Amino acid sequence: MLAFFAGAVVFVALTLYALLGGADFGGGVLDLFATGPRAARQRELITHAIGPIWEANHVWMIVVLVVIWTCFPAAYARIGTGLHIPITLLLVGIVCRGVGFVFRSYDTQRDEVHQRWSLLFAAGSVLSPLMLGTSVGAIASGRLLTDPATGGPRDGFITPWFSPFPLTIGAFTLALFTWLAAVYLTVEADDHTQEDFRRRGLVAGTLAGALAFLGLALGLREAPTVIGSLLGSWWSIPFHVTTLLVAFGALAALATRRYRVARVLTAGQVVAVVAGWGTAQYPWILVDELTFDAAAAPDAVIRVVLAVIVAGGVSLTPAFVWMYRVFKGGTVLQG
Amino acid sequence: MEDLLAARTQMALSLAFHILFSVVGMAMPLFMVLAEWLGHRTGDPTWTELARRWAKGTAITFAVGAVSGTALSFELGLLWPRFMEFAGPIFGLPFSLEGFAFFFEAIFLGIYLYGWNRVPHRAHLAAGIGVFISGMASGAFVVTANAWMNTPAGFTLGPDGEVTSIDPVAAMLNPNALSSVLHMLAASLASVSFAVLAIHAAMLRREPHNDFHRKAVALALGVAVVGSSLMPLTGHLAGETIAHTQPAKLAAAEAHWETEPYAGFLIGGWPDEEAEVTRGALHVPALLSVLAHGDPAAPVTGLKDIPKADRPPVAVVHVAFDLMIACGLTMLAVAWSGAWLAWRHGAVPTHPLWLRIATFTGPVGLVAVEAGWTVTEVGRQPWIVTGVLRTADAVTPMPGLWAPLLTFTVMYVVLGVLTVLMLLRQFRHSPAQPPEVR
Repeated sequence: MLAFFAGAVVFVALTLYALLGGADFGGGVLDLFATGPRAARQRELITHAIGPIWEANHVWMIVVLVVIWTCFPAAYARIGTGLHIPITLLLVGIVCRGVGFVFRSYDTQRDEVHQRWSLLFAAGSVLSPLMLGTSVGAIASGRLLTDPATGGPRDGFITPWFSPFPLTIGAFTLALFTWLAAVYLTVEADDHTQEDFRRRGLVAGTLAGALAFLGLALGLREAPTVIGSLLGSWWSIPFHVTTLLVAFGALAALATRRYRVARVLTAGQVVAVVAGWGTAQYPWILVDELTFDAAAAPDAVIRVVLAVIVAGGVSLTPAFVWMYRVFKGGTVLQG
Repeated sequence: MEDLLAARTQMALSLAFHILFSVVGMAMPLFMVLAEWLGHRTGDPTWTELARRWAKGTAITFAVGAVSGTALSFELGLLWPRFMEFAGPIFGLPFSLEGFAFFFEAIFLGIYLYGWNRVPHRAHLAAGIGVFISGMASGAFVVTANAWMNTPAGFTLGPDGEVTSIDPVAAMLNPNALSSVLHMLAASLASVSFAVLAIHAAMLRREPHNDFHRKAVALALGVAVVGSSLMPLTGHLAGETIAHTQPAKLAAAEAHWETEPYAGFLIGGWPDEEAEVTRGALHVPALLSVLAHGDPAAPVTGLKDIPKADRPPVAVVHVAFDLMIACGLTMLAVAWSGAWLAWRHGAVPTHPLWLRIATFTGPVGLVAVEAGWTVTEVGRQPWIVTGVLRTADAVTPMPGLWAPLLTFTVMYVVLGVLTVLMLLRQFRHSPAQPPEVR
């Protein structure tokens, strides 16, 4: 039972990471596509939107890591072994994104220097969600299997992630984060860039939808356990109907310029994606290889970690509220 | 390149890189908060301008520290999966706490950096104090986890080496935790104050009457005096603890071969690991026994009483240890001579020779941090968890580890150079006097 709660913490933290940190990556992607007469203004808005908060948002990923390695050490070890390559690329992306962004903010504002840092920031912002999604896709497809003879990964270090399904999930994650960022930015923009972000949001949202269907189709063969559960459980029909309605609602709200509604529905879509994945994957932490219960650390450990999470969460809330009130006050808390 | 060596090199490189940005990220908030507070108190806008400049430096180093720290969290699993499978649950508690300290730090820093005109003065200063406290707490938790690797506690092993019970709190309160944490926190203040001092001393040499750099030197010197004076005290505590808990590490640090009472303290020299002697060292009789056990007649374990397979690389640890002490003594001399000059003249020391020395000794604190870290980490070898798990048994089965090593080396070298250039740029142009109030 304790393992279930620790697993829930992982998925809640992942959801928050997607909603907050994911949008920061999406902001970097939109920075790459900042074009047209208002390109500079778009970049300015992106910088303004993510500058004060991206580092705090990024900590959700640290929480995910620490909870996995403390509460599910066997899973952490196998993820680190089997997904060594995509995770290394993810790290390169995380480093480039953070450094590119900060250097762009603090270096001289000459155009060519600014563009060089922007490129680093944007490249990192594309690579990170791509590799994060690919890693998730590899876990969900159940190919991180251990070879009983050697104790190493049965399928080697490349094929488990370098396959159509995981890569599609990577591309889907990238599109989803970009869509989310574009929708957030439509609310924060107060000029013509609102239209720019609206169009980009519609494109990214449509792409995300198409990639979701492609992922489902590929997953039937490549990720039978998770996709089977996603399509064949008692909750499948209500879940998919709701998700589809929310997705179309989000796109419709964006198309008709109801930006605040679009923001709620797009965020709801992200929550549904992570929740659907988590539910379909349960009880596996690594599909077809290791369950949450089998990977779980002793109860004494999980109990302490959950106590820290609860105490930390309670004490952090006022600080988070303060931060968002100061920087997003006009758009989040009074909206 | 052998995979184990590649993995160790990548880990060493990542830690050596990250530790510099962590110490800067831990100590810089103190500087910016003190400057801002002095600005409020005296009404002198120069202090406030200083706080703003230092805040920019903090922002850059914090970001680089945050991303390289994220990389490290992953690298633990990428390079040492068997270590993490064993140790993750046992030393996860301080990391969980660190996660929350890091959250507070990031939130308060966001408010501090972007909130100059958005939150009231007092709240802004409070956010800065929050950055400093949570940054120090973060550092303390990470060092606690590292101390566990040196002196593992809080678990029991079954007959086949499997973990049978875990007490995460006892693991966190392991024997090395307190002394390591104190030494590391003091080291961050001492090393960073020297780096800050050097930058502003260099500027003051060029513009001797610039009030901005005078104030900066004054504040940095104050922190340097306190920080460098804490180093021998906390270092002594750490040494005593290691004498009891990790005799092999102490023996390697001192290149001490024979178990004997009245053990001498060796300065310099080169340990010959084949012949099991140290040549060319300066020998201070009985000092090691006194320092390690507080009694000249107390025997100090020598390397010959430690099986060859369990000895750390002696030469590296000994040289790093002596380098650390030399840097520490240099810092004491520079800081206290500066304090003496300030007391004699009743003003910020502007003596050209002292400023020149302060400029050139800027990196010694950071060198000492790297050297001390080498003593801790290399001195723990061949174990990744002392006495329980060998580093060689913890490495990933993934082949071709030269590739990620190359990736990280290129990335960190480029990043290190860029960051230093970026930091220098923040201070190269001193503001006009009096600085405009923004």
